[in-house]
Amino acid sequence: MTQAVIRVLGLGKSYVTAAGDFTALHSVDLTVESGEYIAIMGPSGSGKSTFMNLLGCLDTPTRGDYFLAGERVAGLDGDALARLRNRTLGFVFQGFNLLPRMSLQDNVALPLVYAGVDQPTRRAKARVLLERVGLGRYAESLPNRISGGQQQRVAIARALVNDPSLILADEPTGNLDSHTSEDIMALFGELNAAGITIVLVTHEPDIAEHAKRQVRFLDGRIVDDRLTEVVR
Amino acid sequence: MTLIRPMFHEAWLAMGANRLRSALTMLGMVIGVGAVVIMLAIGQGAQYAVQQTISTMGSNLFIVLAGSFTASGVRSGSGGGPTLTVGDSDAIAELDGVVASAPTHMGSRQLVYGAQNWSTQVIGTTPDYLEARAWNVVNGAGFGDSDVRSATRVAVIGKTVAENLFGDEDPVGKTMRIQQSPFIVIGVLGPKGQNLDGRDQDDTVIIPLSTAQRKVFGTPFLGSVRMIMVQAASADGMDRTMASVSSLLRQRHRLRDGMPDDFFMRNLSAAAESEAETTRTMSILLGAIASISLLVGGIGIMNIMLVSVTERTREIGIRMAIGARQQDILTQFLLEAVMISFAGCLLGLILGVGIALAINAFTGMVVVISGSAALLAFAVAAFVGIFFGWYPARKAARLDPIEALRYQ
Repeated sequence: MTQAVIRVLGLGKSYVTAAGDFTALHSVDLTVESGEYIAIMGPSGSGKSTFMNLLGCLDTPTRGDYFLAGERVAGLDGDALARLRNRTLGFVFQGFNLLPRMSLQDNVALPLVYAGVDQPTRRAKARVLLERVGLGRYAESLPNRISGGQQQRVAIARALVNDPSLILADEPTGNLDSHTSEDIMALFGELNAAGITIVLVTHEPDIAEHAKRQVRFLDGRIVDDRLTEVVR
Repeated sequence: MTLIRPMFHEAWLAMGANRLRSALTMLGMVIGVGAVVIMLAIGQGAQYAVQQTISTMGSNLFIVLAGSFTASGVRSGSGGGPTLTVGDSDAIAELDGVVASAPTHMGSRQLVYGAQNWSTQVIGTTPDYLEARAWNVVNGAGFGDSDVRSATRVAVIGKTVAENLFGDEDPVGKTMRIQQSPFIVIGVLGPKGQNLDGRDQDDTVIIPLSTAQRKVFGTPFLGSVRMIMVQAASADGMDRTMASVSSLLRQRHRLRDGMPDDFFMRNLSAAAESEAETTRTMSILLGAIASISLLVGGIGIMNIMLVSVTERTREIGIRMAIGARQQDILTQFLLEAVMISFAGCLLGLILGVGIALAINAFTGMVVVISGSAALLAFAVAAFVGIFFGWYPARKAARLDPIEALRYQ
């Protein structure tokens, strides 16, 4: 039996604002098993970003429970959350978010620095992953020397470098043209085929079609949760 | 810790990314440290110069002056009375803690040699005097105890007297006159320069005490002296030695309890030490003023680090998202501040030493560059870097990762 990578029970998030309490996320239940490829959809303000931040251990819920790879996240302190983000999660952002002053190899290796891995190992692992995303020959280049699609590949390599249980991708194709988007989605497909669990946040239906399961948010609740129909 | 090495590398990259800004920030530290180094060099140089002057005077010295006397209502002033004797001096010499004790009689007299004449201070004393003042005869020889016993007419002259009276001639073996009496010059003293009051110590003639009393000054009471110069064995034992000299003299002079002393004592070293203290205070003051510029440099670092944290908010967010702990971010920014501070300090040190040496070369002012000053500069740089880097670094570390990631 596969262990659930994400188990969310009655998860909610409220903010105290000047205009009174605002609930961004009502009680949400969701389970993602290992090896799943799931797209989270919904318009802006639907609560999907809040949910994403909670899943990414960047934010703490006001109620409910969240287990990431079997570990209870609610109640962990900042350092423990940082460790989870470092070892258990891999982030892919819309804006790629590579550090401009560092070579691609150093960018990919950066999570290993915070994991306390020694330099030879860091280098070797970063190389392997850059090769895997097809950019091995640019290892010593700076991010501004390569295209957006290539930068996103580097970001994916960085997300993978610590062998995470889960890849969280927030609008990964939002800044890319449709052709490059297809490339990136194909890469995600390959990674998933290799057994990596992927949670993808997007508002584009055709991008969501690449995932095996689609969850739709509206007004802070899950309104739809279905498997993608394979029509092709 | 494995994190430190890559963090050094990153701090280096961050400094290199904005070279002009890093350089200008450093400049504050360069000027601050440079100023401190120069001021310390000058201050310590002044201290050194004063200590040199003090050491020419002789160390651990005090003088005992005869009390005053009153004749027909006219008071003589200290040293005028016939209360001190050569016997007192000999008794003092026997005390524990006394290295030398020299009975002394002095006054201003006219010297004549050939067509030249010169007025100077004539000191009648014993060979102990030169010993106490650590004064060497560089040409010829000094007189001995036998000269004092038989009151020979020999003289040892200071450098200034030699120059003014004898010009280019070698004074040794020549006969000059003090008052009407002829004296043979047997030695010339090494130069001592000015004392703390600015008086030329080399403008003097030293002759045996007995000769001085009989042939030069004349004295109503043979064997009485105006002054005894005493050298104590150590600076620490000075007070104790002075106290024992005082009680010895009271006993010898048969002074009962309640009667005032018929002599005065003056600690010469104490005066010198207060001078040294003044210089030390001045040097601390100079250093303190210079450190204000260090403070300004530190504020410059804080300012730039705050700007840097704001500019790099997004980078901080990314780092947090991929697993940097607050502590990691804190260390990174702190390291950057300390590196700027250290680099500035190093340059400031070089600049400061260079300027101090230049001051020495062009003005001849004594400067002392000590390793401890350099060490102090580095300690201060580390402190400034950490102190002024702390707040910006903590600000960076406490950023909310979500907000930071969203920052454009």
